[in-house]
Formats: sequence, C-alpha cells, structure tokens
Amino acid sequence: MQSKNLLELAGAISSGAVRVVDLTFTLSPDFPVIVLPPEFGQAAPVRIQEISRYDGRGPAWYWNNVMFGEHTGTHFDAPIHWFTGKDLPNNSVDSMPAKDMIAPACVIDCSAGAAQDPDFLLTVPLVEAWEAKHGRIPERNWVLLRTDWSKKGWRDYSNLRDDGAHTPGPNPAVMKWLVEERGIIGFGTETIGTDAGQAGHFEPPYPAHHFLHGAGRYGLQCLCNLDQLPATGAVIVASPLKIQNGSGSPLRVIALVSAN
Amino acid sequence: MIDPVQPPRRKNPLLRTRLPASPPRPRSRTSHGFTRAAAEGRFVLQRCEACGAFAYPAREACPACLSAGLSFVDAPRRGVLLAETTARVPSDVYFRERAPWRIGLVKMDCGPTMVAHLHADCVEGAPVVMSFQLDKSGQAVAFARPEGETPNMADDRQWREMTADPKFRRVLVTNGRSVIGQEAVAALKAAGAKTVFVGVAEPWRPFAGEQLLRGQQGVEVVTLDASDEKSAADLAADIGGKVDILVNTTEYVRPGGLLDRRGTSIARDEIDQAYLGFVNLAQAFGPAMRMRGADGVSSSAAWVNILSVHALANWPAFGAYSASQAACLSLSHCLRAELRPGGVKVMNLFTGPVDTEWFQTVPPPKVAPRAVAQAIVSALRGGLEEIYVGDVAEEIRQRLAANPKALERELDK
Repeated sequence: MQSKNLLELAGAISSGAVRVVDLTFTLSPDFPVIVLPPEFGQAAPVRIQEISRYDGRGPAWYWNNVMFGEHTGTHFDAPIHWFTGKDLPNNSVDSMPAKDMIAPACVIDCSAGAAQDPDFLLTVPLVEAWEAKHGRIPERNWVLLRTDWSKKGWRDYSNLRDDGAHTPGPNPAVMKWLVEERGIIGFGTETIGTDAGQAGHFEPPYPAHHFLHGAGRYGLQCLCNLDQLPATGAVIVASPLKIQNGSGSPLRVIALVSAN
Repeated sequence: MIDPVQPPRRKNPLLRTRLPASPPRPRSRTSHGFTRAAAEGRFVLQRCEACGAFAYPAREACPACLSAGLSFVDAPRRGVLLAETTARVPSDVYFRERAPWRIGLVKMDCGPTMVAHLHADCVEGAPVVMSFQLDKSGQAVAFARPEGETPNMADDRQWREMTADPKFRRVLVTNGRSVIGQEAVAALKAAGAKTVFVGVAEPWRPFAGEQLLRGQQGVEVVTLDASDEKSAADLAADIGGKVDILVNTTEYVRPGGLLDRRGTSIARDEIDQAYLGFVNLAQAFGPAMRMRGADGVSSSAAWVNILSVHALANWPAFGAYSASQAACLSLSHCLRAELRPGGVKVMNLFTGPVDTEWFQTVPPPKVAPRAVAQAIVSALRGGLEEIYVGDVAEEIRQRLAANPKALERELDK
C-alpha cells in the first residue's frame, strides 16, 4: 500500500468521510462486573482515587490512581484467559501480534431476538441467513453480536436471577463453526461476557471462551454503539493495554465506518 | 413529668447552625476508672480493700482508714437525693448554652455522697438510681435518675445530652445487603428514627430481603459502596448534613489466614471493604457530623462500628479477617478523638461469630443478627462506647483481660 493511501485515510477521518464510532463504555466504579460464586477469586471493581485536584496535594495538576481487574468495563480477552489457550504462543496481551489489533467486522443484528428472549442464542442457521443477505464472513474478521443489550439499565443489563445471569450469546455449535469454518479473528458482544449468561450449563461450558481462545482468537465484551455500525465494512481498532502476561484489559474500542 | 420530645421542625435557613461546645474535660488518671465503666454501662466505685468502705470521688487513699488499697468494683447504684440546685447562668460555655441545668447531691446507700446531673423527674428525698455516663467531652459523669420508669423518661433534656437516642434522628445504615444491616434498619425504625438511609452497593446485583427493605416507610435506599471513595463522597454530598447517626454495617468475612491462601487478592478485598471503607465513610461523613453536634433535637450524635471481637485477639481460622478488624478498631480510636470536639460518640460493638453465611461451619454459640441490631439500639439509648454482644465476645474479653498469652494459645486450634 502506498503511503498516500494512508494519508488519504487520515484525511478522510479528519474530514468526516470516515466516521469514528466509539464502541466503549466509560470505565467507572458503578459498571457491572462479571459475578462468580463468592468462594472464587473476584474481579476487582474499578476504583478511581484522586491524587490531587489543583489543591494542597498538587496545586497545579489533577490526576488519579486507578485500579481495576483485567476484565472490567469494555474489555479484551486474550487466548491465555482460558485453559484451552494457555499453551499457545503469543497468547497474552503483551505478546499478541499488533496487527491483530485492527481488523474488519461483520455485525449480526439480533436485537429483535434478544428483545424477545434474554436467553437468545446465536446459531449456525441464523449466521447462514445473515450470510445469504450480506455475503460469506471473510477470514480474520471480527463477528460482533448486536443485541442492543448496552442500552439497558445496569440491573437489566446484568439480569441476575437466582439461577444465574440471563443474557444473550452464542451457542456452542456456532462458536466452533465461526472459528473453524470461517476463521474469524474474534467475537464481540454488548453483554458482560462473550458467552451467554447461562453458558456455564452448555456443552462445553462457556463455548465462546472455549473455542475462541483454544484457537488463539480474541474476545471483546461490554461493547456499545453497535447499532451505529453497518453489517459489513467497519474496521475495528482494539488495542489492549500491554500488561505483562496479561489475560485481557479494559481498552478503548473504536470502529472506522465509511460515511457514505 | 417530662413533656415528650418533639420531632424537630425544618431548619430556618436564616439562622446559623450552632457549633458544638464541650463540657469540662480534665480528669485525673485515677478518675478514668469511671470512664472505663461508663463506656460499658457499668457502675463502679472505689472500695477499700482493707476496711471495705466505698469512696467517691476518685481518691488515692481510703478516706476512712487511709489505706492505699483502693480498687474499682461494681457498686450498688441506689441512693437518695439529698438536695438539688439549678444552675441558671453557669460560666462554662457548654452549660451556659444549656441552662437552666439541674444538679444535686445524692447520698448513696453504700456510703459516699455524690454530685450528679439530675433527671428532671428526680425529687428531693426520693430514691434515685445512679449511673456513670459519657458526656459530650467523652468523660464520665455521675447521673441520677428516678427509681422506676416515669413517663417519657428517655426524653429528658439532660439525659439526651448523655445519650444518642435514635428517636427522631436520621440514621445511615451503610450496608443494607447484609442481614445485620436489614435487622439494624428494622430496629432503628422501631426505636423511633425519623429516617433510616440504607446503603446498597452495586444496586444491579439483587439480594435477599431487597423487596422488604425497599417497601418500608421512612426507609430510603441509597447507593453506597463504602469501599469506593467517590461513592461515599457522592452520597455525603446529598445527605451528609442529614446523618445524625451512622451505623457502619460493613461486613466482609472470609476464612483463612496467611499460608493457606494464594496471593493477596482476598486480603486486599478485606482491607478495601473493612478498613478503606471505614476511611472513606469517615472522610465523607465525619466532618459534617462533627460540625452538627449541637444541631438541636436531631443533632448528630453517634457513629457505630460493628467489629469482630477477634479485633482484640487474632483467631487464626479467620486470621486475615481478624487483622482487618484490628485495623478498624485502631482507626475507631482515631475517629473517636477526631469526632470528640463535636460531642459525637464512637461506639464499638464487639461480636463473636454471627449466624450468617460465612460462619456457616462454625459451631454455636453464634450471635443472631437481630441481637446485634438490638444491641445497637440499646447502646445508642445508653450512650455507651464498648459493647460486647453475645457469649463468645464476652468470654474473649474476660480471657484476654485474665491472660492474653493463654488466649492466644487457646485460639490456635
């Protein structure tokens, strides 16, 4: 590619011919985190502690100390996050190839189904129907599951009941198929995890984590604004913090979308 | 006969809120024998080991036989009011603002004559019951009440100066997700609290008892995650000036000590929830409470902590938890000193294992959450500082006083 094309892209972004859509929730203490039984280790919630704010602690400057778990807020899952990916090379956020941080996305709109059923599952026939309309999912593309879940209040968003969370996600067959038959680079959702709320009861449990990370692919979750993306053609920029041997990280996810 | 205390009217915004003044503070070291007793609601006097005579005020030698062997012992509380007087224009700022103020001379059945603050229903020549109370300076003073109940007895103006009665006051219970928190809300409402604010962290997480909590009259569920600096500060921005009593019901119990745990994340959670939660609450709510110590009938009055008795002596089975509680105990003494100029009491309730989920495998006796809630109310009504709830807490206290080393060995099993 010639450098003038790259400069053209920069110009298009600056002129608005290419729209930049922020797919990220604000990292804040009140954003829900994944809930595990209390006897397991827990993700630390986001904490923001003021160091100084133009005051006696630092008269001319404002800054904070922040603390959070790797899997809080809008965040990235690296293959090392799951046991299936633990022995792969370059499986952590600091060692993954930088080129994997930019890739196109196919957005599958399941908002109608998810509105009907909080346990809505993406299946192979649904993706095939999507492909009939938009074409085959190319290799090394993100598949983003649009459910409009990000528009809910926090209680409905986490939707915890006494038998666990009820949020939409993929079924096991479609995850295996997307990874093996379509060679996707990763799978992204609006919900707290890449998997459905009830995915612990699936076979295998947590199929998105199981198949994605077992094949060295990535996860993105707690995305928003997916309703502003076209079904195809958006380019996702998702570069996690370079945490030493990190299993994931909160990050800023943006999408480049052609304005016309 | 006392007129019942009236619910406070809304404040006149044209008037300055009166700053708290403190009654005289100096005491001899020996006199703190009374402070110690008052903190726990006990009545003690010095008694001569040689001749058996009771003495008051605190002395270095027996006034009857000059023996130096005087020790503080539990003493009979009954006496007769010999004489009373009313101070109308006292020179001390604290008493001048509260004048007229009644005091009297009480001849104790066990011998000494005591100068005491008087309940309004005490009459000359009639029997009275004596107690030591902590005044707004945190110092012990003698207080005489009539023998037996009188109408609206707890509403006495001078008595209310010594206590932190929840009646008509607004209370913040910091954690309503726990059983203790929910029981505390119910007990405080039943005790006449005007409003009970109850904090709920992470409101997106459902919890047992939620519906009942949200449905109660005079109970306001507020978002509060004490372990989050901003959450505590945000809530204080809303209601900090309306919290007369703060009941810190933070509860984070995890088993284990040092060697059989991997990593520090649980230890950090323990510190975040218990210790830093306390710090955040104190920084958010403490300054307004200290400033509002003389703000009428619903002045700020007390801060209540619920601590494990193992703050005093580590229980290795819950060793790291015990350490987090010890940190809170130490911090409570700092808070007590810092709230003292406002006349706001800091009360510590010590409990053994409570009958809650995280002590599930611990054999009885365990403290019922309701007993903790009732102890909170009676501590507030009595103006106490140290309260031991249940048999385990009381026993640990006694064994610690008798031989700390023995207790350390005994807790290691």
